Order: sequence, then structure tokens, then C-alpha cells
Amino acid sequence: MASEAPKAEALNVVGQPVKLRDLKKHVGGQTSYCDDLRFPRMLHLKMHRSVQPHAKLLAVDTAAAARSEGVVRVLTHADLPGGELWSGLATVGGAGDEPVLASDKVRWKGEAIAAVVARTPEQAEAAAAKVKVRYEPLPAVFDVEEALAAGAPNLIAHWPGNHYIFGDDHAAAQIRLGDVEKALAEADRVVENVYQTSPIEQAPLETIGCVAVPDGDGRYTVHTGSQSLSSTLKSVAAYLGLPANRLRFVSGSVGGGFGGKADLAVEVTATLAAIKTGRPVKYRYTREEEMFASSTRAAWRVYIKDGVMNDGRIVARKVTTYHDSGAYLRMSNYGAMKHSTHWPGPYTVANVWVDVYCVFTNRTPSGAMRGFGIMPASFAIEVQMDRVAKAIGMDPWRLRLLNAYRNGDMRGHHRAVKDAAMIETIQATAKLSEQNLTGDLQSLSSWRQKAG
Amino acid sequence: MAKLRGTGMAAVNYPTGMHLGGDPTMALVHATSSGSFVVTLSSVELGQGLKTVLAQIAAETLGVPLEAVVVDTGDTDTGPHCSGTGASRTTHRAGNAVIAAAKEARQEMLDVAAEMLEVSADDLVTDGKGNIHVKGVVEKSLPAAEVAAAGQFVYGKSISGRGIFLPPASKQDPETGESAPYSTQAHACTVVEVEVDTETGAVRVLSLKSVYEIGRQVNPELVKGQIVGGAWMGIGHALYETTAPYYPAIDHAPYDFLNYVIPGAAEMPEVQCEILEYPSETGPYGAKGVGEMVANAPIPAIVNAINNALDVCIGEIPVTPEVVLRALEEKARADGA
Repeated sequence: MASEAPKAEALNVVGQPVKLRDLKKHVGGQTSYCDDLRFPRMLHLKMHRSVQPHAKLLAVDTAAAARSEGVVRVLTHADLPGGELWSGLATVGGAGDEPVLASDKVRWKGEAIAAVVARTPEQAEAAAAKVKVRYEPLPAVFDVEEALAAGAPNLIAHWPGNHYIFGDDHAAAQIRLGDVEKALAEADRVVENVYQTSPIEQAPLETIGCVAVPDGDGRYTVHTGSQSLSSTLKSVAAYLGLPANRLRFVSGSVGGGFGGKADLAVEVTATLAAIKTGRPVKYRYTREEEMFASSTRAAWRVYIKDGVMNDGRIVARKVTTYHDSGAYLRMSNYGAMKHSTHWPGPYTVANVWVDVYCVFTNRTPSGAMRGFGIMPASFAIEVQMDRVAKAIGMDPWRLRLLNAYRNGDMRGHHRAVKDAAMIETIQATAKLSEQNLTGDLQSLSSWRQKAG
Repeated sequence: MAKLRGTGMAAVNYPTGMHLGGDPTMALVHATSSGSFVVTLSSVELGQGLKTVLAQIAAETLGVPLEAVVVDTGDTDTGPHCSGTGASRTTHRAGNAVIAAAKEARQEMLDVAAEMLEVSADDLVTDGKGNIHVKGVVEKSLPAAEVAAAGQFVYGKSISGRGIFLPPASKQDPETGESAPYSTQAHACTVVEVEVDTETGAVRVLSLKSVYEIGRQVNPELVKGQIVGGAWMGIGHALYETTAPYYPAIDHAPYDFLNYVIPGAAEMPEVQCEILEYPSETGPYGAKGVGEMVANAPIPAIVNAINNALDVCIGEIPVTPEVVLRALEEKARADGA
């Protein structure tokens, strides 16, 4: 453990504010994106989507769509080989629970049912509207705590309690450090609150899209805006029953992702369509699809119970979080685990207890977004810190600096803090915002255990 | 009815890399016969400046000018594996892989130069301007491009290198959560000032000041771009954005940017930021990831500022005018009671 702050060595190029390599092309409107790609005989794919949040599919009639002008092919669940279920984390052992195209049931309003491939995007759109679906509506559940309650409608048979099952059959991702109940009982004050974040659209300027192109030699090149070429490639290969080396994934400049392009979205269906038609197929989300059909940032509900001493020390932090996964898992278990180990934030608390549930609801499946799992924790922690400060009548700067973690302190996930400079960052912010800190707070350091 | 001002702050930490590690990225570096050094990988450029940052890291390690480095990325046939652009991992993972590959290529280049100059490779240095010379003897110098060409055509040597960075994979204990989930933590603290119109419930962010500790900056302008962009995203999350205005209900879902409201230029305050540099043990030249954390401090700081202005306890986002007005009504009821 270093006892002093590390110093930066002198460098030549690293540390220089050199210009973004693509800057001129970007600002000059000359950057080419996935949607700019054109290939001879290229077809366009549009999706028919569920209008029900939870329903049995009684019949999917594609006859009128198939007869529609310009249509080359209509794809349903029956066209998918293997019947593999989609998992956002398939390549690292995530559980598959989501069909690429709905089969027996739909679980959210917007779920993909039938793909129409036509010569122009307009023809594909018009034909997709002609797909006729007969539904038998089922009771739907939208609230995370209602979904967990006894008697709630079950979404996925694989998840009987409407929640993901973590290792060793745990219903929640857990953190257990010290004895939180004892510390809460002994605390001068207990400060308890609930925090709620909203589902958010990643809103990249370039919507999700790809073009799957047959190479003519049994291989397929997929040009995509995916943030993760290799894992998406392997997922597509698995769902289509292809050896992974039959696929090549290529990305050019991507017009922003913010996590919204980390999920598998368009690549499986577009590649399947390219295989079935032998022609290049483009599948690009409209802005409307981007808004209602692509993975959102999840909504998170966080209950915090803090045990605090009158001198400002936080001695216990007990947290229960409900992560709204929406209708399917995708990467939710990853986000929930990342959320769990983030507690108790950049503070040293000796007794920490955390339960994070991934809950299934009949809402748009959520996925990754910038700050996955961490953003909602930081939001809840930092609003809570102000409430704790108010409860004990302490200045919020003082409360944070007194509790800020230092190198060598124990974190919630049972590892020591290292490489950290939280205290110096708060001190520098006080200076920048002309906030006067008293001498004892100014003398704190991330590299020393005691003030002064 | 009045316009009330308040200030709020928030301090955050943010982990670098995919949760629990085990996420490798690889890079290859080779010298062409045309005087370039090509970095080949399959990471994705999202506009954040991946190619620029990795060119800087390669140029630094190779000891050649930035202009001599070409970054060829985003192709799974030609580029070696990358575990994806996300989790604030690319500068850290790909950066370390590029350093490893560039070190190997640099050694090869110095070995060839040593043969040409009839000196020991240990006595050679690069000047960062495209030349290799004997330490302390600037006259005994060769252009790097000439050395690369000689390597290929005279000495039969490929000036190239391979690099991989694989952070060890950790497991999270299902009972206690014990794990080694990240490579390092970056830090930030933000102070904002807001003005709240108690008649309309509208909130305006007047100023936003932040300090970031991100190990070491590879490119200060790109870091600033992330911070200013993240402040903008944070204002959106804190005040406007939702795909479910009456969550958890699914009604009234937006379908375009007319009814999914994101902040425009008029909603942006001046963003001030400062960077503290404490090089991280694991990062390439000490860098930590800054890509994702940049909205995280602004969001709670804005909510804290609103609570400070109104003396209320709002704990949800976005804090729309409706949320503000309901909080004021509740406070009026509580004060009256």
C-alpha cells in the first residue's frame, strides 16, 4: 500500500490535447455510418411488434404480408433453427429466456413477432402492418414490488417468482459485511428513505442498425453499430446454429451508443434474412423503435436505512434494491451485481447489508446504459448523504469528508480501497466552488488514516 | 410565487472495467514499408476518441510521432479479440494491450537500428520526432521509417508486436459479495446551483462545477468532452428524461424527440472542470476510465440543489415541474399541519 500520493512521470504524447482523429469528417458531415452503406440487391427488414404487454399468441397470419408489394420473405419463430433462447450475456454464461421472434407468448408491448423483408423500407413497413396476430390477453404486472408479491402473474416459467436467481439459489445479489442490525440498534439516529429512478432512452444520434451481407462463400459479413463485435458475433452464431467462423462483424464510425448498442438487437434477424434470401439485408431501427423497442436504462428503486452517530460517523448502511429488468433478463444480472458491490459508495461503513433483486415486469426489457448499475446507486447514496446531514444538523461537505474512504479501508465487497483520491477530489471541488473548509477537513488525506 | 435558488453537491466513485474482470482485449502493432506504424484491433469507435487515444499511447510507447501511427479497428477478421466498448474499459484494457504490443515492436526496431549503427540496442533512444539515436550522441541517428524498411528488406525482420491485457477473473461470493470486481476506481465531485420557479415548477441549472480524479489523462480535451457531455446528460436525467412519464405505467410513452425531452443548448450552464492526476497502478500510463461516470455526480447534485432551494425531500428522477409542484404542495400541507 502506497503511503503517499503517486506522481505523474513526464511524457511526450500522452497527456496532450491532440485533436480527435475523426473531427473534420464529423463536423463536415462526411462520416459514413452503417445506414449509409449500400449493396447491390440489398433488401430491407421491418418488424411487426406486439401491441399487448402480456398475451398468449393464438395465431400469427403472415399471408397478406407475404403477398404485399415488394416482399421477398416473411420470417417468424418457425424460421429460427435450434429454437435457442436469447441471452444478453450468452458468451459469459448468461441464462437464455428470450425468443428472437415471439413464439407462444408476448411479454411486453413492442416484442418482435414477425420480420418482413422487402425491396424498399416503405414496402417492408407497409407489409409488416398487414401481419395479423390473434392474442389472448393475460393479466400484466408493471410494478417491481407487485411482480414479487404472492399471486402476481408469472411472466416466464423459468423464473417462477418473477425474479432472477443468483448463485447458490439466492433471490438477490448480496453484500454482507459486519453486523448491520446490531450497528443500527446502537446508532444515535436511523435515517431511512426510498429512491426511484426512471427508465431512460440512451438516445444516440445514430439509431441501432446493421446490414448483413452474404459473402458468397458461405460466410456472412455483418456491418453493425454494435458496441461489442465479438460477443454479438458469437451470440448470432449460436442462435442461427452457425459455426462462429462463418461470421465476420465490422464496425465503422458508430454514432454514439451509451450502452444502448451493447445488447443484441437487430443482428440475428438480419443475418437470418440474409441467409434465407441470399441477399444483403439492412435492418435499422426508426427513432420510434429506438424509443419504445430498444432496451432502456432500467428503473431502479432503492431503499436505504442508515445508522448514524451524532458525530457524523455512518456505522450501518442497509440497502434493498429492486431493478426493473422488464420482460426479459438480457444483461440485468450483470448490472445488479455491479450495483451490489458499489455499496456503500465512496464511504467507509463498517456494517453493510445489500440485497439487489432483478425483477421481471411486462415492460420494455432494460439493458446497459452509461453507468450501468452504478448511476442509480450514486444517485441514491448522494441524495441520502444530504438527508443524513440534515438529520444530524451537519454540513454536507463535513459529513462526506469525515466518511470518505481512504486507501486501506475495507469496502462492502471485502477488499481494501486502493488507488483512491476521493478526499482530495472533494477538497479540490470545495476550492473550485469557493466553499471554505475548516482546517481539520483540509488536512484529511486519502493516503493517511488520521487527520493532520 | 418566487424564483428560489439552491446549491447542491455530490461525490462519486466509479469502477474501471467489466464487473469481475476476465475481459481481455488484444492489439497488434506492425511497421509498414511506407513509414507507418499500424495498430490493429477490433474495438469499437463510438465517437469517444478511441482511435485518437490509442494512437497517442502507441506513439508514446514506440517513441514515434503521433502522425506515424495508424489505428485500424472494428473488424473481427483482421483485428484480434476485444471484449467490447463499454464498462469504462477501452482506454484501460486496449491501452494496456497497445503498450504491450508497442513495446515488443519497439524492441525489434531498436535491435535492427543497433545492427545498422553497430551499437548495443540498450544504448539507443527515440526522440519522439521519428528518429532513433545513440543516447547522448544525436548525430548517430536514423529515421525510424528507414529502420523499419531496412528490417524488412535487409535484415529480414518484422518490426511488429503482440499485446493482450487480461484482468484476472474474480467470482462474487453469493452470500457475502466478496470479490475483486474492478481494476481501479475513478472519482468525481460536482457542485451545482439551480433556480426553481415555484409557480411553474421549472428548474434551471445555473452553474455546474466539477473536479475529476481519473488517474492520468491521455487526452485532456477528450476528457473535457466527456465531462461536459456527461453534465448535459446528467441535466437530462435529473430534470427531463423518461420513457415512462407515469412509471411504472406504460402509457404516454414517447416516440420521438418532441415528446422525449432532452436538454438543448439553452438549458446548458457553463461547465467548469478540473482534473486531479494521481497515476493508477493498473492503468496505461496511469489512466482510469472516465467514459461512464460523468453523469453520476451531476444528477444527485442537481436534486440536492433543488431540495436545498425548496427545503423539500425529493428522491426521484426526473424532477419534472409536476414533481416540484407536488413536493411544494406536500410541504405546504405539512407546514400547515
